[in-house]
Amino acid sequence: MYRSHVLVCGGTGCTSSGSQEIIRVLQEEIDKNGLTDEVCVVKTGCHGLCALGPIMIIYPDSTFYSMVKPEDVAEIVSEHLLKGRVVTRLVYDETVTDNGIKSLGETAFYKNQHRIALRNCGVINPENIDEYIGRDGYAALGKVLTEMTPDDVIKCILDSGLRGRGGGGFPTGRKWQLAKDLVKGGQKYVCCNADEGDPGAFMDRSVLEGDPHVVFEAMAIAGYAIGANQGYIYVRAEYPIAVERLEIALKQAREYGVLGENIFGTDFSFDIGLRLGAGAFVCGEETALMTSIEGNRGEPRPRPPFPAEKGLFGKPTILNNVETYANIPQIILNGAEWFASMGTEKSKGTKVFALGGKINNTGLVEIPMGTTLRTVIEDIGGGIPNGKKFKAAQTGGPSGGCIPAEHFDVPIDYDNLIQIGSMMGSGGLIVMDEDNCMVDIAKFFLEFTVDESCGKCTPCRIGTKRLYEILEKIINGNGTLEDIDKLEELCYYIKENSLCGLGQTAPNPVLSTLRYFKDEYIAHVVDKKCPAGVCKALLNFVIDPDKCKGCTLCARKCPVNAISGTVKEPHVIDTTKCIKCGACMDNCKFGAIEKK
Amino acid sequence: MLAKKNMVPFKGTKEQEAQLLEVISQLKDQEGSLMPILQKAQDIYGYLPIEVQTIISNETGIPLEKIYGVVTFYSQFSLYPKGKYNISVCLGTACYVKGSGDLFARLKERLGIEGGQTTSDGKFSLTDCRCIGACGLAPVLTVNEDVYGRLTVDDIDGIIAKYE
Repeated sequence: MYRSHVLVCGGTGCTSSGSQEIIRVLQEEIDKNGLTDEVCVVKTGCHGLCALGPIMIIYPDSTFYSMVKPEDVAEIVSEHLLKGRVVTRLVYDETVTDNGIKSLGETAFYKNQHRIALRNCGVINPENIDEYIGRDGYAALGKVLTEMTPDDVIKCILDSGLRGRGGGGFPTGRKWQLAKDLVKGGQKYVCCNADEGDPGAFMDRSVLEGDPHVVFEAMAIAGYAIGANQGYIYVRAEYPIAVERLEIALKQAREYGVLGENIFGTDFSFDIGLRLGAGAFVCGEETALMTSIEGNRGEPRPRPPFPAEKGLFGKPTILNNVETYANIPQIILNGAEWFASMGTEKSKGTKVFALGGKINNTGLVEIPMGTTLRTVIEDIGGGIPNGKKFKAAQTGGPSGGCIPAEHFDVPIDYDNLIQIGSMMGSGGLIVMDEDNCMVDIAKFFLEFTVDESCGKCTPCRIGTKRLYEILEKIINGNGTLEDIDKLEELCYYIKENSLCGLGQTAPNPVLSTLRYFKDEYIAHVVDKKCPAGVCKALLNFVIDPDKCKGCTLCARKCPVNAISGTVKEPHVIDTTKCIKCGACMDNCKFGAIEKK
Repeated sequence: MLAKKNMVPFKGTKEQEAQLLEVISQLKDQEGSLMPILQKAQDIYGYLPIEVQTIISNETGIPLEKIYGVVTFYSQFSLYPKGKYNISVCLGTACYVKGSGDLFARLKERLGIEGGQTTSDGKFSLTDCRCIGACGLAPVLTVNEDVYGRLTVDDIDGIIAKYE
């Protein structure tokens, strides 16, 4: 028995902030102080508050230390662990009150969250199967194999109202039912889509890193339901920590007999293979993913036939996303009604969002469906940094759209987001402020899709390239009003004619910015101005003669000698020579240089 | 540009070839084994020149043109050797809105190469990537396995200096 457990986050965010070094020093200090048998160090998955990493939580009192540095560790050990005195200067500010330290669950960041998919992330050691089992792990699989028929399982998932968390929102139970009934018997497959490619979304990574067994358990349950005995997890190669944890977990699961032959002494057998992606966004599309597992170029295939009928290696296959699977064992254990009691009419349960961009609390949050954007951004996210004004929230990655402030109070669910021109997507939520140009953002996403288009179908391959070129023309100040019309027309053409989801949704970032921020497009085209001050070709740097002290620093810093003037007299920028590098503005000590 | 990069001569050793043959014999009977074989081959050689692809083709019976098609489809497979230090700037959305585009521009200027190229001394190569999932630390870049987060353009020179 240990008297205290110290949890240190070993997720990608905190590892990038140096948590491995913290763990090393911590163990060293604990040994040095003779606490080896009293204090246990646990490397966990992600807690969600990545902005404050590296994160350390000390139990039983659950003190939350943030931004811990290796040189702080000795103090934490000698003060907190040895003498029982909290090191106040390292405690997360939000938890400090006049009456001492409040629990993490009461802070604005965690208070509005409800963790189902992330319930074990940051709580257990993902490299130890016993800790998963200690939190009801594999109990759902046991229940399914001993008490439920495959039809019971499918009915339970159907009744829960769970919809695909990868973005499509297709009812999960319906998918399973098709795979069970369309083709009776024979070889079938259960696949897990862990090719989380939407930039800015990292919830699947967190589940894989923080709670890998939940995915295995859910896949085995799915295998039992549809009659498959082989699963594949297709995980992106950019997630080395996730791959490592999955490999460790897989080995342990086989040793414990929860994967393999005759699980729990029944006649059900199920095993899982890992397949690594190699950096192709389109492989997140289900048919492309299967083509890739088969060892080919990851190009999508036309549907029908749907994977439930003819999927991996030509066999019936179900494919669900990591977060979808992470909900399954809890639904089995707590019942469909429990899950369906959360959320909105057509979107049940919770959704994990990755908050990023111009927001104070960047990180992962799991909220009940139907929570408003306002709660997410202002309460949980802690608002916009530096007193800037909110402009838009981007959801759905390169397939999604931008939500402006006017929809701040719309409850977030699948259908509402589509109605306001965006989509749930996998759950990236990037906040933009007044300094972000929406035309530039549209171009950014198009650059992404042009890059990632697999090239198989023409509307996507050539259409996205043309969209990109028109946006580039507008950003360079050469656009016309006709270009805006052409942009819109082409968007609809690409949406209607592309083969797969990538092409069908690629124009969304353009359409949604056109819908809500058309004035910015018009400013670029008609006034030749970029209101946010981002598009360099449309900017001029000017010196305010009232503020300029004539210190000559800008003239000396200018790489092209575009600034002239005499000492102690206001200087002037020659706009014909200026290359708009911004060096003068960065260096001016008087704030005399403006972008107009 | 392509012609210049193609001039890097293949310097595979006997040991590397033996390792590769071992990997192929282990994996080739699995369904869909080409991707795992290519991934291991890239671990062994650092890249996948045509010579390595030819060995894989001969051993597995998969046509060379199919292998080449797969190698060129995925961005993680490289036909050319990378620098000793590969600098990868995240151009995912969260990093982009926080200015990673400026970091990338500064690196290009500082190293005198474009994205996808390697410096003439073979020391640095520069790539962009789409989200490593460390969005909480945006903007980020990686140098081989090291991650640097919460960066500004002014941090670039200091980072390069550590590896020079």
